Amino acid sequence: MAPLKRILLAEDSERDVELTMAALEENNLANEVVVARDGAEALDYLYNRGKFAGHANGFPVVVLLDLKMPKIDGLEVLKTMRSDPYLRHIPVVMITSSREEQDLIRSYELGVNAYVVKPVDFQKFVESVKQVGFFWAIVNEPPPGTMKRSG
Amino acid sequence: MLQNIPIQRKLMTANLLTSGAVLLLTCLAFFAYEVLTFRQSTVEKLSTLGKIISANSTAALAFDDRDAATEILAALKAEPHIVAAGLYGTTGKLFAQYPVNSPAAFPSAPEQDGYHFERGHLAGFQPVMQSGRRLGTLYMEYNMGAMYEQLWQRGKIAALVMVVSLLTAYLLSRTLQKQISMPILALAEIANAVSKQRDFSVRAVKFGEDELGLLTDAFNQMLAEIQKLNATLEERVRERTGQLEIANKELEAFSYSVSHDLRAPLRHVDGFVDLLRKQSAEKLDERGRRYLDIIAASARQMGTLIDDLLVFSRMSRGDLRRAKVASESLVHEVRDALQGEIHGRIVWKVDSLPQVEADTAMFRQVWANLIGNAIKYSRTRDPAEIEIGCTDSGNGEFVFFVRDNGVGFDMQYVDKLFGVFQRLHRADEFEGTGIGLANVRRIVSRHGGRTWAEGRVDGGATFFFSLPKTTN
Repeated sequence: MAPLKRILLAEDSERDVELTMAALEENNLANEVVVARDGAEALDYLYNRGKFAGHANGFPVVVLLDLKMPKIDGLEVLKTMRSDPYLRHIPVVMITSSREEQDLIRSYELGVNAYVVKPVDFQKFVESVKQVGFFWAIVNEPPPGTMKRSG
Repeated sequence: MLQNIPIQRKLMTANLLTSGAVLLLTCLAFFAYEVLTFRQSTVEKLSTLGKIISANSTAALAFDDRDAATEILAALKAEPHIVAAGLYGTTGKLFAQYPVNSPAAFPSAPEQDGYHFERGHLAGFQPVMQSGRRLGTLYMEYNMGAMYEQLWQRGKIAALVMVVSLLTAYLLSRTLQKQISMPILALAEIANAVSKQRDFSVRAVKFGEDELGLLTDAFNQMLAEIQKLNATLEERVRERTGQLEIANKELEAFSYSVSHDLRAPLRHVDGFVDLLRKQSAEKLDERGRRYLDIIAASARQMGTLIDDLLVFSRMSRGDLRRAKVASESLVHEVRDALQGEIHGRIVWKVDSLPQVEADTAMFRQVWANLIGNAIKYSRTRDPAEIEIGCTDSGNGEFVFFVRDNGVGFDMQYVDKLFGVFQRLHRADEFEGTGIGLANVRRIVSRHGGRTWAEGRVDGGATFFFSLPKTTN
């Protein structure tokens, strides 16, 4: 089996976390998922601070970002990452309910790598998450410095 | 004939014509009076002279003394205008004449007493009486030429006076007409400026307190009123635009949260139903599993409704990006994209369609809805027939139509067809949310067109929409 790499999931809704995890589990991708419950936690993880201080985290292979989150929203997290020389290369995928054109435009302007709209139909959602996870965690070769899966 | 000349010329022409006519009449009257008085006084003068000559020549006539008579007549030399004179005896024969060797032809016999004018001369006969007895007749001829000469001179003076008077009248009227014409011209100029430049801030200058002054005041007042109305109108338009913008922003925020927040719980319902099914399928009986299916289906349906509503709201508020669209290739493109929904056999008849000016994405949505409906509602037919065409309405519009031989509809409900979430079929007959035709109507109306439909139960349906050929 190919080495699994860590995924950072930033999602404020507990239920969405559970569903996303279920979808990832169904595709055997759930093992190395780190969950941040808002944008601030996501940045804490990336900068090894706050709740995540002291962990030798390394960079995730992909960041799955919800758009609308308390404190710091997805777009702000993306903006911060893209303006940081160490974080700017980490792949970011928006996973959101919003199909609004303005959100799409803003995300791509800020340099998002992919934009996935969560469908209401759970089976379709599972399929989307499977494809996203499979591509970014397995097919794609991440930038150097990304933490490989520990044995 | 004065109607189309400028008011200044009009006033001056009127003035000059009036004063010219008055002057001419005055002169003519004066002249006529002159001629009459002159003639009358000449007749009186001649008859007085005649009486004197008659009185003096009674003796000469009584004694038949020709020399004395000739001498008396010679006294007429003192009046140079008398060109001829003669005395006739009782027999009627010429007795003496003046001048003595006159070449003039005297009347051979005396005629009726009295004077008359003929060919520039005044001539006539007068009785010579003594103690009530007629001794003879005196003839005298007076040359009026000099008098006419004098009249001619006076006429020339009168003409000169008339010319000078008219000139004075001209100069005076040129100055005085300004009193009337200037305010009118000023008003006309302002009115012209207002109508051309739409500048309601200008005001006409008032020249006096007469009727023209009143007119100027009224005109200025009207301008002020229009200016005020204009200003408040602009203000009101600005206010309304602002309110609309706010409402639009609120609507956008609303649809954003609908898009994002309303879908999340539905996703959760569907997701957890699915997890529950996987987790506890064996613990549920048939009925329980059916309930789970219904819950999931309802959540998905609501998701579709929300999505459709969002599309509808986007179609309503998004900017129109008009471009030239080739309708025909768009129709084929849409038809090919809908192939997946086609189950039976369809006989297509697509006429040649014109190029139009429209928002491509929205126009595609119109065709997708109409063609999708035609496919959906004719799927029970074998074969289904779908005809797409366009006619020229003749009043600057294209009228497009999509006709099918499907289940049709009752014309009684035709008004409901284009309403949001209005359906004429149950969802278990034909799936759908009832937003498609509402979208069509909204999009077409935003392009300045109309939508309507014709149908019969089990007799197919035809949907029409018009589009203006040119956009302004």
